[in-house]
Amino acid sequence: MLKTFRRQPEVLPRTAPEPSVDTVPLPEQIDIADHDPLIGYLLGADGPIEVAKIELESPGLRRLEAAGTHLIVPLVSQGELIGTLNLGRRLSDQPYSTDDRKLLAGLAAQVAPAIRLAQLVAERQAEAEERERIAHELQVAALIQHTLLPQTLPDISGWEVDAYYRPARAVGGDFYDFIALDDGRYVVVIGDVTDKGVPAALVMASCRAILRSVAQQHSDPGVILAKTNEALVADIPPNMFVTCLCAVLDPETSTLRFANAGHNLPYVRTPLGVDELRATGMPLGLMPDMEYEVNEAVLQPGIALVLTSDGLTEAHNRGREMLGFERMKDLLGACTVDSHLLTRILDELDHFTDGAEQEDDITLVVLRHTSSARTSAAAFDSAMELGRFTVPSVPGNERIAMDQVAELVRDTGIAPARLERLSTAVSEATMNAIEHGNQNRSELDVHITVALTNGRLHITVRDHGAVESIPDATTPDLELKLAGLQSPRGWGLFLIEQLVDEVITHGDDDHHAIELVMALEGDS
Amino acid sequence: MTSMPFSWEVIGADDGPVIVLHGDVNSAATAGFEAAHDQLAGLPGPIMLDFADTGYINSTGIALIVGLLAKARAGHRPVAARGLSDHYREIFRITRLSDFMTIHDTDQAGRPA
Repeated sequence: MLKTFRRQPEVLPRTAPEPSVDTVPLPEQIDIADHDPLIGYLLGADGPIEVAKIELESPGLRRLEAAGTHLIVPLVSQGELIGTLNLGRRLSDQPYSTDDRKLLAGLAAQVAPAIRLAQLVAERQAEAEERERIAHELQVAALIQHTLLPQTLPDISGWEVDAYYRPARAVGGDFYDFIALDDGRYVVVIGDVTDKGVPAALVMASCRAILRSVAQQHSDPGVILAKTNEALVADIPPNMFVTCLCAVLDPETSTLRFANAGHNLPYVRTPLGVDELRATGMPLGLMPDMEYEVNEAVLQPGIALVLTSDGLTEAHNRGREMLGFERMKDLLGACTVDSHLLTRILDELDHFTDGAEQEDDITLVVLRHTSSARTSAAAFDSAMELGRFTVPSVPGNERIAMDQVAELVRDTGIAPARLERLSTAVSEATMNAIEHGNQNRSELDVHITVALTNGRLHITVRDHGAVESIPDATTPDLELKLAGLQSPRGWGLFLIEQLVDEVITHGDDDHHAIELVMALEGDS
Repeated sequence: MTSMPFSWEVIGADDGPVIVLHGDVNSAATAGFEAAHDQLAGLPGPIMLDFADTGYINSTGIALIVGLLAKARAGHRPVAARGLSDHYREIFRITRLSDFMTIHDTDQAGRPA
């Protein structure tokens, strides 16, 4: 009821001195506040009321009196006061008669629903116009973003570059960019502007332009971010800022120098797992005189750099669970590193969200180092995944795992005796995973990854061992076993430790993994 | 290396019975080891295990050999092995089985050299 008054101010006709239609002045609009006691009074009134007879401390009443109002006729529709008819004195200066009041009351009863209907139509029309305005604004924002994102991806020898951008319904301010430098290096940028819609898109456009300009003069990622911050902080609207990761890739040396202005940490997917690249720095546009830590990583062949926006890590599923950083790492770790890595990540993400509405833009950039030179395996100084596979948890499948690993490492140049030792260790580790980790449940797989790093093979055997952790290996006491005082079993972990160069165990709440490390050459 | 099902045979000889093992020595060999041991009862003398036709021995297989060795030692019967590849000779050394049973050098046919 009061809302009607707030949104639709009353139109109160000033009493005309002359009856001529031509000389009636425009009505004076008088607003009555929601909390004015006059509103409640009029709602309870039964027909027209003389202003002089109302005893109220009411600002609205004083304003009506000042406007020359003599009689107020409340307009009530469905219990809601939607307006009033305000009349001055009769031209004859005679009081309003009983018939006059009845006529006015009847008129009010007829007019009030019609005015209410007109008000509702006007409100709906205003809402529709607002929706249309927002939709148009989002179209403009989306257009700005699409126009400014790279239309083609850089062709970098020995590297695969892939990028993806999926806007949310309310377009945000995600962006990414590749800037080729004259010396063959590339500046790779991913950023996210706070806020959404046109304001975010405009800030994104400014930030991108500044970054491009600065990168032509400076190739240090820390300097690029610092200079961009200085330019941005002067003009960015209040309460807005930009998170941004800036990296400079040298494709020849595989070196990545990077600085981070409060953006999601970049992930490095290696054959052995997932690492994060850390460098500290404040978001752009918050404060002047910022400095940005610069760190360096070497992306060897087989390694992929994965840059994300928070729309990915903050994606929710139907149960309102957020993906989060840890799940993101797990998701990434579950993806094979190949030319389909980006698609695999998105598939895993879609699997997690299960059709839940996307609330923020999702941006993903993947750079995978593909070149390799396996001319001398022993001297091969890099990390490379040779393969991965699974076997169901069925006794006897350890032989399959053993044979597949042997096949995968066949061309590495591993000494035959060392291969036999490794094979037996793989067999034992897989058997443990089947029997103990997965409890011989055939529906659970044992996951095996084979990688080569710096002339050393890394075989990771992973199970779903939430039941018990992998115990430390102990040396079996053969005398006790032969005397019947100890079980003849219990050789598996001991053999593994004796046969390979190093054994590393990993684990979390859902998985246990044993990593067998074996140099290609060494004492047999 | 192809997986091979386990089988066995006991051969009587002047210098004691020979258990000839074929295929993979793993959990699938459990019943075979027990049956082979039962056959030894009527064949006195030292026991020879012939591994020349085995390609794969896992930790469960080691446990079976330990069990058989324990029973033989309880009956004061020496146990020897032949036909082991270099890899499994190393396994027997690591597990110290070679401290409790004689390991014979083997020619390519798996016979004692």
